[in-house]
Amino acid sequence: MVRVTTRINGDEVTFVCEPDETLLDVLRDRLNLTGAKEGCGTGDCGACSVTLDGRVVCSCLVLGAEAEGRQVGTVEGIARNGKLHPLQEKFLEFAALQCGVCTPGFLVAAKALLERNPDPTEAEIRFGLAGNLCRCTGYDKIVRAVQAAAAAMRKG
Amino acid sequence: MPLDAKFDPATHHFRLVGTRPLRPDGYDKVVGRARFGADASAPGMLVGRILRSPHPHARIRAIDTARAAKLPGVKAIVTRDDFKDGDPSLKDVLVNVMARDKALYDGHAVAAVAATSASVARKALKLIRVDYEILPHVTDVDEAMKPGAPILHGDMRTENIEPAPKKASNVASRCEFGHGDPEQGFKQADVVIERRFKTEATHQGYIEPHACLASVGSDGQGELWVCTQGHYMVRNTCAALVGMDVSKLRVTASEIGGGFGGKTTVFIEPVALALSRKAGKPVKLVMSREEVFRASGPTSSASMTVKIGVTRHGRITGAHADIRFQGGAFAGSPIELGAMSAFACYDLEHVKAVGWDVVTNRPKQAAYRAPGAPMVAFAVESVLDELAHKIGMDPVELRLKNTAKEGTRSSYGPKYNRIGLAACLEAARRHPHYEAPLGPNQGRGIAAGFWFNFGGQTCVSLNVNIDGTVALAVGTPDIGGSRASMCMMAAEELGIEYDKVRAIVADTSSLGYNDISEGSRVTFSTGLATIAAARDAIGKLCARAAKIWGIAPEAVVWENGRARPAGPNAGDFAPLSLAEIAKTAAKTGGPIAGHHEVNADGAGVSFAVHLCDAEVDPETGRVTIKRYTVVQDAGKAIHPSYVEGQFQGGAAQGIGWALNEEYVYGRDGRLQNPGFLDYRIPVASDLPMIDTVIVEVPNPGHPYGVRGVGETSIVPPLAAIDKAKAGKKRR
Amino acid sequence: MRYEAPTTVKGAVKLLAGKAGLARVLAGGTDLLVQMRTDRVAPDLIVDVKRIAGMRRIEAKAGGFRIGAAVSGAELGEHKGMRKAWPGVVEAACLIGSTQVQGRATLAGNLCNASPAADSVPALIAAGAAVVVVGPRGRRTVPVEQIPVGPGRTSLKRGELVEAILLPKRPPRSGDAYLRFIPRSEMDIAVVGAGVSLTLDRQGVCSAARVALGAVAERVIRVPEAEAALIGTKVDGEALERMAASCSAACRPIDDKRGTREFRIKVAGVLARRAAAIALKRARGK
Repeated sequence: MVRVTTRINGDEVTFVCEPDETLLDVLRDRLNLTGAKEGCGTGDCGACSVTLDGRVVCSCLVLGAEAEGRQVGTVEGIARNGKLHPLQEKFLEFAALQCGVCTPGFLVAAKALLERNPDPTEAEIRFGLAGNLCRCTGYDKIVRAVQAAAAAMRKG
Repeated sequence: MPLDAKFDPATHHFRLVGTRPLRPDGYDKVVGRARFGADASAPGMLVGRILRSPHPHARIRAIDTARAAKLPGVKAIVTRDDFKDGDPSLKDVLVNVMARDKALYDGHAVAAVAATSASVARKALKLIRVDYEILPHVTDVDEAMKPGAPILHGDMRTENIEPAPKKASNVASRCEFGHGDPEQGFKQADVVIERRFKTEATHQGYIEPHACLASVGSDGQGELWVCTQGHYMVRNTCAALVGMDVSKLRVTASEIGGGFGGKTTVFIEPVALALSRKAGKPVKLVMSREEVFRASGPTSSASMTVKIGVTRHGRITGAHADIRFQGGAFAGSPIELGAMSAFACYDLEHVKAVGWDVVTNRPKQAAYRAPGAPMVAFAVESVLDELAHKIGMDPVELRLKNTAKEGTRSSYGPKYNRIGLAACLEAARRHPHYEAPLGPNQGRGIAAGFWFNFGGQTCVSLNVNIDGTVALAVGTPDIGGSRASMCMMAAEELGIEYDKVRAIVADTSSLGYNDISEGSRVTFSTGLATIAAARDAIGKLCARAAKIWGIAPEAVVWENGRARPAGPNAGDFAPLSLAEIAKTAAKTGGPIAGHHEVNADGAGVSFAVHLCDAEVDPETGRVTIKRYTVVQDAGKAIHPSYVEGQFQGGAAQGIGWALNEEYVYGRDGRLQNPGFLDYRIPVASDLPMIDTVIVEVPNPGHPYGVRGVGETSIVPPLAAIDKAKAGKKRR
Repeated sequence: MRYEAPTTVKGAVKLLAGKAGLARVLAGGTDLLVQMRTDRVAPDLIVDVKRIAGMRRIEAKAGGFRIGAAVSGAELGEHKGMRKAWPGVVEAACLIGSTQVQGRATLAGNLCNASPAADSVPALIAAGAAVVVVGPRGRRTVPVEQIPVGPGRTSLKRGELVEAILLPKRPPRSGDAYLRFIPRSEMDIAVVGAGVSLTLDRQGVCSAARVALGAVAERVIRVPEAEAALIGTKVDGEALERMAASCSAACRPIDDKRGTREFRIKVAGVLARRAAAIALKRARGK
């Protein structure tokens, strides 16, 4: 077992895990943060997206042990003090989710995208989010929600 | 409860229906709080894992679990010996859940363990020894039909052929639909085209793998948390397979991360229950993505021959289809739906579709969005397009000339009521997309599609709360925003605000039986039952008002969320709101609730027309979808955003099927691409925005005119894209 | 299994060379964790090199660049100097997987995974890149093309690891490019990949060229005949066609679930020609 101290959504957390256990399993099974989903376990679907030191990664492709001393951000940390982030609001307003299982990953990835590129083109959104699979929507409403959130965030 | 003849949804001013409120389950889903199948846990929970056959076809001589059982942390192991034969109608389901004498496909479950951790469970699986006698296999539908093909089931005799065959075969049955005499029709044609088509199996590709948490005590009572499209089906099937009373198994449907038909049966649930019962502890069982591809249901692969004749003037004189579906290792491919839907778009005098249900060494197929229809529509629409080209007629014009309409005898039997195909064709032709210029290496395709839509058993309970809010309990898992639509319909009827109604999906012990969320039936059937339950509650609310006023209940009417005397003769009383009546319910007779139970009939069929522009790289053949438009009849769109979402989602799945999705089997009979890396569903950068046009031709079978919309949208894309790829211009 | 995260190269070498059974280096982990998950490898020891400061940096060196083995694709893509000097290499690295994968995957990992379809490898070979290999016997510098020897196999010896990738100084009037064919627009493994780097003299005649192809043989291959077809020409249509034909002729691919032999042979030429055209534009300063 490995003992790891890290920060998750800003709060210090210490956990123990198996050396081969993924960060996704740690979040879900040990810390009860089940917002990140396992859709594939091989980095192909993005449902487990979290940020690691500000970069979006698939938490199924990160070992729990690697989180030592790092900053982890999950979907549970996007709303602040009970207030939804513009992306969350626009996802609801634009009906950008049907089943909702890919939504946490999309929100984490889209937030990271907009932090680096506040005014992305449609193509930049589509390519930037190509690692997040959605099987319900055909992406149309997701892309529109991200565009609308970007516009709202630029206005402040 | 059909449409009231005096009520026209097209002109009626709805207060809520047709608006776009936020869905009630939305907040939980954007903050990560919504609980899906794998998100549940229980104290003392064990982890379940399933051992699967690496062979496509093998006799299982013996299974030795002794070493695995000795591994510390292993609490239960189950194999075929733990599942007894029971209900003959569930035999295939049982054999699919856990292999009996033979493993019938790569991925077929042969044993399962429950252990204290995932790593112990994994180790235990490696210690189970299965003695296989490898048998020859077949995975292709045409190969499986040939004489001399490896036979999967020694007792399978083709049904519905004369004389009844004596020899075993992989062809489970034949079916036939149609009327008239196509041969006669072809004689009247100026052009007759016959083509052969093959389509590969595709997977529903829901992002959430199958998951459940089972807990069974030695008292024979159990609970099951599961992601499914139908928790009542899960309850009834599991109770039968593991030998429990239906009343002792309480099943709760989790939030469901996509189903598209693939979660309309059981795979892991009976195994989890059996493990839990044996271990005496809760067992969580979650499929890996690889297991989802290898062992849950993809759709059928198909081999088809379609022959259609037309006159120079574009009248279809005869149509014939011979359709062969393999549905995996068991009978039950959607061949009948495929054959029935083949020519459903057209008004034909001479039409026949013959279908063959074939078994192969592949996973048992499960329903996938309009099961059977997309591949057959691909074949039929492709031949029609070629015919239009041959006779020099606009493809929409050809379809309009032959379109099915009210009163048409459908190719599968019944006469159509009011339908919207002509309206969709006209709307497609009017759409700017239809005449937009094309760039170099681009082509445009157009195709029509049909789906039946189902009704079925539905039960709804609506409780009026003390503060004038309403709790609505439905029994159909919400697979795409249906709780929002139910709240809208209930609030519309009751005359209260949308956010005063909260809809939940009740567990199996809290509400009467409901059929599965399938067949695009939920907004239709559960909506219909919700409206009826609301009207039932309104009747009771009016009676309470009557009691308060001391007048006859018939003298009270419900208007804009209030009870008021029907006329001056009834008396002069100030109207009472729902909240006011609810507040005093204890004094006027106790709780107020509306109910409705129905086996809903009258689900109106839905048609769609799709337009697609594709660009082909002339050197590499790579295809890019440049523009896509979906035109579909929704009857009446309750929540247009989610109707559009169904149109767009179905189109995207169809695009995936047309371009990059397929099951690839090696010569060894093993699935070569059991993952999202090589089973390539569309990613965001593969698609353009998908335009939608909602056509509303009210369904006479629903009080608001609703038609199911979920499935039709996957039917036209295969042909539309194929034609666009071929660079065919419209004329 | 043991997990170790040494902070020095020496510490990493010591761990890898120790008697730990099967040891694996963890850089981005985007291949290793998938292989572990799918039971293709079960290491006894994982050595995470991301805490070794020197392996997390991109340094300008002798006119070229030294890219630490733990630098992610995203970090490489954000490096202005690399983007300007070796756009083909950066583009190839940034094609690997999704944004999520980019946040982790490394050039060194892509190379040492030794997939014949690795996107960055044809671009690195075309660019004339080398790697610094460090092991119990010290450091050695090896051309990139000598690292992979077959699918999943490298020439690295026990205890050795790649410390950094070295990109040479970009010669004047030169350009590089990488293109691949995938059925989707993202997220796929290359069915064919082609990397081209070329240099022009003052008259616009090609004086040096390197061409490498991915997913057409058991490892990424360099194609000297294709290079010869460009050198001494103005990289006109005819030269490009001859180069494309040489590329197709050099292919010895297999049929698999991702593509047929015939398709790969044909498209290798097409992509090499298109990549050369982009490299030419860049060499001309456009």
